[in-house]
Amino acid sequence: MDPSAMTLAKLQRGQKYVIQGVDATDPDVQRLMVLGLVEGAEVELASSAIGGDPMEFRMFGNAISLRREQARHFAVSPAGKGE
Amino acid sequence: MPFHPPEKVSKETVTRIPADQIPVRRQPSASIAVVGNPNSGKSTLFNRLTGMRQKTGNYPGVTVEKHVGVAKVGDRSIELIDLPGMFALSAHSLEERIASDVVLGRMPDVPRPAGILAVVDTTHLYQGLYLVQQLLELGLPVLVALTMTDAAKAHGLTVDSAALSRRLGGITVCPVVATTGQGIDELKASLAKLAEMPEPNPPEFWAELSAASEELARSMPATVPRIEIERALIDRGGELAEEVAGYLGEGGAETLEAHRQHLFGSEPPLANEARRRYTWVRDVLGEVQHAAPVITTWGSQLAGFMNRPVPGTIGLFLVMAIVFQAVFAWATPLMDAIDAGTAALGSLVESTLPEGAFASFIADGAIAGVGSVIVFLPQILILFLFIIFLEDSGYLARAAYLMDRLMRSVGLSGQSIIPMISSFACAVPGIMATRVIPNRRDRIATILAAPFMTCSARLPVYALLIAAFVPATDVGFMNLQGVVLFGLYLLGIVAGLVTALVLRQTALHGPKPTFALMLPEFRRPNMRTVFMQLLGRVKIFLKRAGTVIFAVAVVVWALAYYPRSAEIESAFDGQRASVRATMTGAELEEAIALLDNENAAAQLEQSLLGRAGKVVAPVFEPLGWDWKVSAAVIASFPAREVVVAVLGTVYAVGDEADEATLTDRLTAARRADGSPVFTLPMVIGLLVFYAFCLQCAATIAVIRRETNGWGWPLFAWTYMTGLGYLGALIAYQVGGGAG
Repeated sequence: MDPSAMTLAKLQRGQKYVIQGVDATDPDVQRLMVLGLVEGAEVELASSAIGGDPMEFRMFGNAISLRREQARHFAVSPAGKGE
Repeated sequence: MPFHPPEKVSKETVTRIPADQIPVRRQPSASIAVVGNPNSGKSTLFNRLTGMRQKTGNYPGVTVEKHVGVAKVGDRSIELIDLPGMFALSAHSLEERIASDVVLGRMPDVPRPAGILAVVDTTHLYQGLYLVQQLLELGLPVLVALTMTDAAKAHGLTVDSAALSRRLGGITVCPVVATTGQGIDELKASLAKLAEMPEPNPPEFWAELSAASEELARSMPATVPRIEIERALIDRGGELAEEVAGYLGEGGAETLEAHRQHLFGSEPPLANEARRRYTWVRDVLGEVQHAAPVITTWGSQLAGFMNRPVPGTIGLFLVMAIVFQAVFAWATPLMDAIDAGTAALGSLVESTLPEGAFASFIADGAIAGVGSVIVFLPQILILFLFIIFLEDSGYLARAAYLMDRLMRSVGLSGQSIIPMISSFACAVPGIMATRVIPNRRDRIATILAAPFMTCSARLPVYALLIAAFVPATDVGFMNLQGVVLFGLYLLGIVAGLVTALVLRQTALHGPKPTFALMLPEFRRPNMRTVFMQLLGRVKIFLKRAGTVIFAVAVVVWALAYYPRSAEIESAFDGQRASVRATMTGAELEEAIALLDNENAAAQLEQSLLGRAGKVVAPVFEPLGWDWKVSAAVIASFPAREVVVAVLGTVYAVGDEADEATLTDRLTAARRADGSPVFTLPMVIGLLVFYAFCLQCAATIAVIRRETNGWGWPLFAWTYMTGLGYLGALIAYQVGGGAG
């Protein structure tokens, strides 16, 4: 994935995002997709542990924690206003 | 293109009925399977529906627990099977495979369920509906219970259950609050009718996939379920794919792969499934759920604060410190009471029964042996209460998240934290909990680190020695005994982590593990669920005390009592007679008591246990152990807490028998030259030995089962015992105990 692209690993707190693309070649990433991290899902950064890794995301009321390394497989864009 | 299946997820073999032999007819009396996401309130609902009418067993051949209960609806009894929590029927973990085998009727001893009760957390509909959609395709009647509707309401979240029912093809949807019982009667009424309900009409999901499985089914035995063929197409390289390919005959794997190419192109099938299903889920959510699920409960606020890096990490250590302090401080009054009761019962037996082998057997064997272990029940209760509470409140998952960084530095992931924290209660469920770790190398490293965590069976040993030999002075807000106990817990943690690190650098070298975890919201644990779990644990502990520990206590008593030497007996009788002739009053009583003790000590020394202890004593001499301690340690290899019972027995028949409790007897124990046996360096060495040594047959058995061979358990035993010996040696020699 393009290193300058906006991914889950670079989210700002307090802003909502929508997943736009998933690099699904890694089986671990496929497993995350089964948990709901797919295109169209609305996500938000909730917190991070010491050192900013792992990170905790919220999507549709669920909280999921990922390492930065895995979060890079998910391209996002800021959600439109009112969403 | 030749097709090579990737490495299997797990090597554990599951006993299952071959797909071409599944009984075709549905049994009229069959039970209902309870299925849902982890933390969906499934167990709380199951407990609410069945009350005390439940039993726990194991699925054949595997260590996954099987919970079966009976719900009463009027005069009808409905059997419910509580399946392990899962996110999808994709068989990524052993639990998921077991769950799908049960619902498909492939589990021996478990008849195919007549229907499914799908438990969906209203606040987590997103993942819940994904699983429900899969369940609807199984060809069984499905009933949906929407749990946590009270929590949803508090979040300003409303779900239109009528609209949801419509989107799910007209099946019944029951909103419930399992903790208060709201909606339970309606749910029970629907459960009673479930078996007669028609198969659901699944929302049309994937016509091409159904067509492909229909086509493949034509060249397979008629009983192979369509859903299994579909899963074989999606889960490339899974066990099902292999089995289904087998039914297709030669070239089966290639045929399946050709269908995959046609259906999915270059997209991974699982990714395709997830994209499709969640598109449907979002569409349904938009129709049935109103108001955005913004979660601002006290739980999520606390979670927000506790997840901040620094407060969270400090909080975690504080929580652990409080647990250990509580285990020591709260339990003391209860333990003193049990101790006094045991001592009183023992002397009552001795004074009422005629002197001889039988009285000694009851008082010194059965009562002293079992009593010395039962006395730790209060501490174990408190420890389990905390562990269950932490788990049920969702805190353990937070701990995994907070500790991921630390675990990564030893080559593991935060996921290894949950098995390790569970191992503080008992390594057996802890090792079973490693199944959530997908990578085999990470899993084995965690399995070998877990037995180093201080389990509840080590607690009696620690508690006895600390109470006897560490002064109860105050150190800050804790007392020194608590500090030493905390230190021993830390020692176990460090040893476990170093073990994992070394293994990950050597025998288990491989790519770094990944980490992904659903974080449940903090919630107040349901007291009913906590109570049921606690009761189960106490039963196991008492059963062990009543069987294994009782048996060992009796055997050890016999070894310590027999053979009786008639010569010693008559020699002492002679001495007693001469004392009686020359002394009177208190002086006489004292002299007789002294002679009685010397008599007992002489008998013990030439007993089988005495002789055996002396044979092995040279091995343990460098650790400062006398033959009694050596014999007790040897006897405790099947179960470490037995050492307390054995010490209780050997010191009950020796020259310290005058002292009322075991603690006093140990303090009074002397070597032949009159120096105390239990010096501080020796006690510290003994504590270190118990901190490291793998003295637990149950743990060895579960390691064998989980790693599928004797290699790892043998390695673990040798390594941990060697480390224990070395640790005790260093503590004793450096502590100057030898001089």
